[in-house]
Amino acid sequence: MKKINKKFWLGIVIALAFYGIVKVLLTTGILSDVNQSMLLLIGVNIMLAVSLNLITGITGQFSIGHAGFMSVGAYTSAILTLDYNVPFIPAILAGGLLAAVFGVLIGMPTLRLNGDYLAIATLGFGEIIRIIMLNTEYVGGASGLSGIPAKTTWTMLFFFTLLSVVLINNFIRSTHGRACIAIRENEIAAEAMGINTTRYKIIAFTIGALFAGMAGGLSAHTFYVITPGSFNFLKSFEIIVMVVLGGLGSTAGSIVGAVFVTLLYTYLREFPEWRMIIYSIVLILMMIFRPSGLLGVSKFSFFKFSKKEAKANDAIESSGTP
Amino acid sequence: MEYFIQQLINGISVGSIYALIALGYTMVYGIIKLINFAHGDVFMVGSFIGLYSAKYLANAGLPPIVVLLLSLMISMTISALLGISIERLAYKPLRKSTRIAALITAIGVSFLLEYTGVLILGPQAKGFPDIMDKKQYHLFGSSIQVESNQIMILLTTIILMLVLQYIVRYTRTGKAMRAVSFDVEAARLMGINVDRTISATFAIGSALAAAAGVIFGMTYNSVDPLMGVMPGLKAFVAAVLGGIGSIPGALVGGLLLGTVETEISSLGFSSWRDGVAFAVLILILIFKPSGLFGKNVREKV
Repeated sequence: MKKINKKFWLGIVIALAFYGIVKVLLTTGILSDVNQSMLLLIGVNIMLAVSLNLITGITGQFSIGHAGFMSVGAYTSAILTLDYNVPFIPAILAGGLLAAVFGVLIGMPTLRLNGDYLAIATLGFGEIIRIIMLNTEYVGGASGLSGIPAKTTWTMLFFFTLLSVVLINNFIRSTHGRACIAIRENEIAAEAMGINTTRYKIIAFTIGALFAGMAGGLSAHTFYVITPGSFNFLKSFEIIVMVVLGGLGSTAGSIVGAVFVTLLYTYLREFPEWRMIIYSIVLILMMIFRPSGLLGVSKFSFFKFSKKEAKANDAIESSGTP
Repeated sequence: MEYFIQQLINGISVGSIYALIALGYTMVYGIIKLINFAHGDVFMVGSFIGLYSAKYLANAGLPPIVVLLLSLMISMTISALLGISIERLAYKPLRKSTRIAALITAIGVSFLLEYTGVLILGPQAKGFPDIMDKKQYHLFGSSIQVESNQIMILLTTIILMLVLQYIVRYTRTGKAMRAVSFDVEAARLMGINVDRTISATFAIGSALAAAAGVIFGMTYNSVDPLMGVMPGLKAFVAAVLGGIGSIPGALVGGLLLGTVETEISSLGFSSWRDGVAFAVLILILIFKPSGLFGKNVREKV
C-alpha cells in the first residue's frame, strides 16, 4: 500500500510542479496568449480522450457519440452562466451531470447492441443531440450561443483535467475497473463469472459522459462561442483518433494522443490547404506502422502497483484489444 | 393521398441512391468486417469523373443516351480501380491488426480523398451538366408527376442490382465472395484466393458507389468535394438498418431511409430530416439488434 501512495503522490507532485511552472510562465508573459489557448485546448482534449478511453479502451464499447455528451455539457453550462448567472464551477459541474444523465439514457437502451451496431447507434445519438440543438431557438439554433464569459483559466482547467485523470485512472484500477476490463476481454466469460455486464457498461458510459460534459463546459468558456456544428461526428472521430493514436486502453496513451493530435492540428493551421491532407496521411501511416498506438498499452508508471503486477496487467491488456 | 404517393416516388428515387452506396458498405463489411468510411468519398470521386467525362463526351457531339452510358462506364471503371488501390495500399497492411486501427485508417483515407479533392478542384460546388432532357409525365392522368430522371434512376438501380445479384449468386467470384464472408480461413483452405476476392469486392462496391455518384449529380445538378460525407453516412445507416452484410437488406434499408426522409421533409420538418433518419435507425436496432434482415448470431464462448 505504501508504494501506491508514494508513487501516486509523486505523480501529483510532478503534475503540480508542471502547473506551477506554466503558471509562472503565463504571469510573466513568456508564454503568449496563443500558447495559452493551445494549452487550454490540450487540457480539454485530454479530458475528452481519457473519458472516451474508459468507454472504448477499457470497457471495449465502441462509441462514436462522444461529441454529443460534450455538447450537452457545453450548452448546459453556457446557458447557466449566461442566463442564470450561476458561478463558473457549479455551472461546469451541472453540465457534466446533465451529460451523465444522457450517458445513462443512451446507455440503457443501446448497450445490448454489440460492436459496430453500438458504434452506429451512438453516432446516431450524437447526431440527434446536434440536430435538436440546431432546431432549438432557445439555444441559438444554427448560429449557436455567443458571448459566453471566458472564465476558463489555466488554473481551473488544470485542476479539472487533473481531477478527471486521477478519478478515471483510480476507477480503472479499482474492482469496478477490473470488471470493465473483463467485459472488454470476453463479455460472455465475464458474465459467467458473475459480473453484471450491463451495469458496468452503463457505469462506464456515465462516467465517460460526465467528464466529456465537463470538458464541453470548459471549452465553451474558453472560446466564447459554441455552435451545434462544432459537435458533429467529425469531432467524435477526432477524440477516437486521439485515443487510438495514443494507445487504446492506456490512460497515459490517451494523454499523449490528445497532446499529439492537438499540436498537429494547431501547427498545421499554417498550411490551410494541406492541413487535412497531411493529417490524414499521418493517420494512415501511424495506423499501418504502429497500429497499437504511440504508447501501446503502457501506463502511467506512477500508478503501477508493483512491477510484478504491472507486468501481469500488460500481459492481459496486450492479449486482446477490441 | 396523391401528395403522399408523390412524395413516395421522390423518396424512392433518393432511396435508390442510398441503396447503391449502401451495397458497397454491406459487401465490404460482410467480407472483412470493416466500416469503410472512405466509401462515401469514392461516391464523390465517381460523381466528378462522371461530370468531366459527360462534359467531354457531350462536347464531342455524341447522342445523350450514349453520353450517359459511356460516362457511367468510365466513372465506374476508374472508381473500381480506385477502390482496389485504396484496399491494397491502406487496408491490406492492416488485415491482422485491430479493427479499430483499420477504422481509423478508413477515416484517414476518407479525409485524404476529400481534401485532395478540395485542393485540386477547389471547395466550391460545380454544376453537373444536364445529360438527358428532363421530361415530366403524369401518372394515369392524375396530378402525380414522375420525372424522366427518376425513372432512369430507378431503372439504373434495378439493372445494377440484378447484375450484382447475378454476380454474387452464379459466378465464381461471387461464390468465392460468399465463401470468404462465411469463413475466411476455411475459404483459404479450400483454395480460394482471399486477397483477390477482397479486391473484387472493393471493385464492385466502388463501381456501384460511382454509379450512385453520377446519378446523384444528374438529380441535384451540383457536386462538391465534401458531398460524400452525408450521403456516405446515410448509406451506412441504411446498410445497418437492413442488416449489414445482407444485399437485399441494403436495398430495403436505402429505400426505407429515402422514403422516410422525403416524407419528413414534405411535412415541413426538413431540418429534422437527418435526426429522424438516425432515430429510425436506433428504434429498429433496439427492437431488432442486427437490423431488419441481419442474422442474429449467438456468440459462443
